[in-house]
Amino acid sequence: MLSTLNGLFIAAVLAGTPLLLGALGEILTEKSGNLNLGVEGMMFMGAITGLAGSYYYEQAVAAGGGSPNGFLSAAIALITSFLAGAGGALIYSFLTITLRANQNVTGLTLTIFGTGFGNFFGEYIGQQAGGYVAVSDVTKGAFSGLDIPVLSDIPVLGPLLFRYNWLVYFAVAAAVIMAWFFSRSRVGLNLRAVGEDPAAADAAGINITMYKYLATVIGGGICGIGGMYMSMVTTSGVWVHDCVSGYGWLAVALVIFATWSPARGMLVALIFGGLTIMRMYINIPGLPAQIYDMVPYVATIIVLVVTSMRESKEHAQPKSCGLNYFREER
Amino acid sequence: MSSHGTQAKEPLLRMVKRDTLSPKKAWGIRAAAFILSLVTGGIVILCLGHNPINVYISMVKGAWGSSTVIHETVKIAVPLLITAIGISFAFKMKFWNIGGEGQILVGAVAAGAFGLFTAHIFPKLPLVLLMMLASIAAGGIYGLLPAVCKAKWGTNETLFTLMLNYIALAFIKYLMNGPWKAKGSSFPKIDMLVPGARLTKVLGVHWGWILALILVAAAYIYFNKTKQGYEIAVVGESNNTARYAGINVGKVFRRTMFISGALCGLVGMLQFAGADYTITEGTAGGVGFTAITVAWLAKMNPFGMLIVSVFIAMLERGSNAIQTQFKIPASASDLLIGIILFFMLGCEFFISYKLIRRGKEEHHA
Repeated sequence: MLSTLNGLFIAAVLAGTPLLLGALGEILTEKSGNLNLGVEGMMFMGAITGLAGSYYYEQAVAAGGGSPNGFLSAAIALITSFLAGAGGALIYSFLTITLRANQNVTGLTLTIFGTGFGNFFGEYIGQQAGGYVAVSDVTKGAFSGLDIPVLSDIPVLGPLLFRYNWLVYFAVAAAVIMAWFFSRSRVGLNLRAVGEDPAAADAAGINITMYKYLATVIGGGICGIGGMYMSMVTTSGVWVHDCVSGYGWLAVALVIFATWSPARGMLVALIFGGLTIMRMYINIPGLPAQIYDMVPYVATIIVLVVTSMRESKEHAQPKSCGLNYFREER
Repeated sequence: MSSHGTQAKEPLLRMVKRDTLSPKKAWGIRAAAFILSLVTGGIVILCLGHNPINVYISMVKGAWGSSTVIHETVKIAVPLLITAIGISFAFKMKFWNIGGEGQILVGAVAAGAFGLFTAHIFPKLPLVLLMMLASIAAGGIYGLLPAVCKAKWGTNETLFTLMLNYIALAFIKYLMNGPWKAKGSSFPKIDMLVPGARLTKVLGVHWGWILALILVAAAYIYFNKTKQGYEIAVVGESNNTARYAGINVGKVFRRTMFISGALCGLVGMLQFAGADYTITEGTAGGVGFTAITVAWLAKMNPFGMLIVSVFIAMLERGSNAIQTQFKIPASASDLLIGIILFFMLGCEFFISYKLIRRGKEEHHA
């Protein structure tokens, strides 16, 4: 029983990490007053570019007669996936901030575009590679569980806390930094002001446009890293058609459950990560597998309805979220 | 953050709201944006090492080159058009129904409940009517659910409708593997609809296309000539204005979302009884999402949606042709649709605003 629970916890952390990264990116975006529904698309973009970055790096090194370096390969995946997510968010920002397009529709379009982008290049690179894209064992090793001296060997706690891949710790660190950033740093407080009341922030001399652009683009980059996790860890470095499949949307929902707080985001991501893989660990007799698969989505709806029933001012969405700011129409 | 020294200087470009632009010029801007989006798509194709003009030509040929492919193109356009009309009901009142996918699926399941299991009891006409009514009711109720919660507690409808998509999808997988699994099949799949119950073909395509054309006209009249259509427009402009005007906003939400979901549900029935003759995870096949872009590109005008859905159907059908001919993956159509929509969203800005360079005087038209 205890070992099942331990196994479930570890699997929940692994399944929850891409959700956490997606949610963190979206929290940062929404804090600036931009509601970017393109998380799914940006995750797709990050998923394929991260994989492609590592793959082409390996090919280039192999062509030169050398052997690829796992650390470098992982770093390239990190950077390319961040840039791809940020690029998607930049299109979104340009359309909504500069050209004042509707945020909802622009976000949905980014999802359609990003999904097409991911699947298109995934298939295309696969064709070129003669079947499918897969990274070598070196890169796979760089994304497998760490073995930290001493810490990983602690009984019980070691496997439970210190044997994940590096992206898990990266995500947790990002959440902690972001929590500090929003509540303790001057720039973070300015950003929150932009999201709550852009007119007041503008009057106080805050550069609204710059804050919105930066928050949205960096947020998109973090979503892209979340997508890279899907292709590098969840599917172990092989491109699987439609691999993000709804995780981006779950991440958008998590933002609401986390009540726009990065720290609570970690907890909610763990719970939802657990819900997505619970079927493999806890067997409910008589419940068909496909019905079991509905659990995270049904839970999302229940939490959505319950949170909307008890609205609290303190844990609400940034007030200007979803609305574009026109200085002339103040 | 901002340096005060620069504030006195006039910015290089500033934007001024236009009074009104003549429709001719507005369409000129849109046409320019559309051509630019095709050029951008062409650059992507060029980077893949193909001649973009050849690829575009083969796309058009792949969609309109022979009567067989024309039938296929129309078959893609019909569900897209009806779903887009359905979604525009919700979008007109700024209710973001992105659950078209799920509403199509439950509609197909409801139609399947009659089509697969009562085909030996009823003659064709009552059976088709039953399937239609069942799909309309199922899709409508599936759309009503988030509307009730939104009306009562302000629940976020975007995520609610979206999650319902995944639930409907899991339910179909369950039916495929369990209760509805075809007898004697080792592969999880649902039986085929008996040929006697399939929708009649008119000019080579099931009659759904006639229904779609009727719905275009009906939706246009509903939006522009009826009280209910007007209420949708007011609620879309502002919930508060609607409330002050004495409109029961919750009621409008519920009624309109029922219609929206019902139309999507109807699409599920058409796909099941007219196109696929069975139900799979791919019955909706992304139509619920693509229809959103159709509705938006057409600015919620049903006649515009007719044109846009035929165009998008051409892209989707044509991308199959370029897959076989140039080995360009068929997902290219999604990529291209995304690019076109980005440009069309962006160009609206240039219709409502004009840019003035530094030092130039402002000319009033």
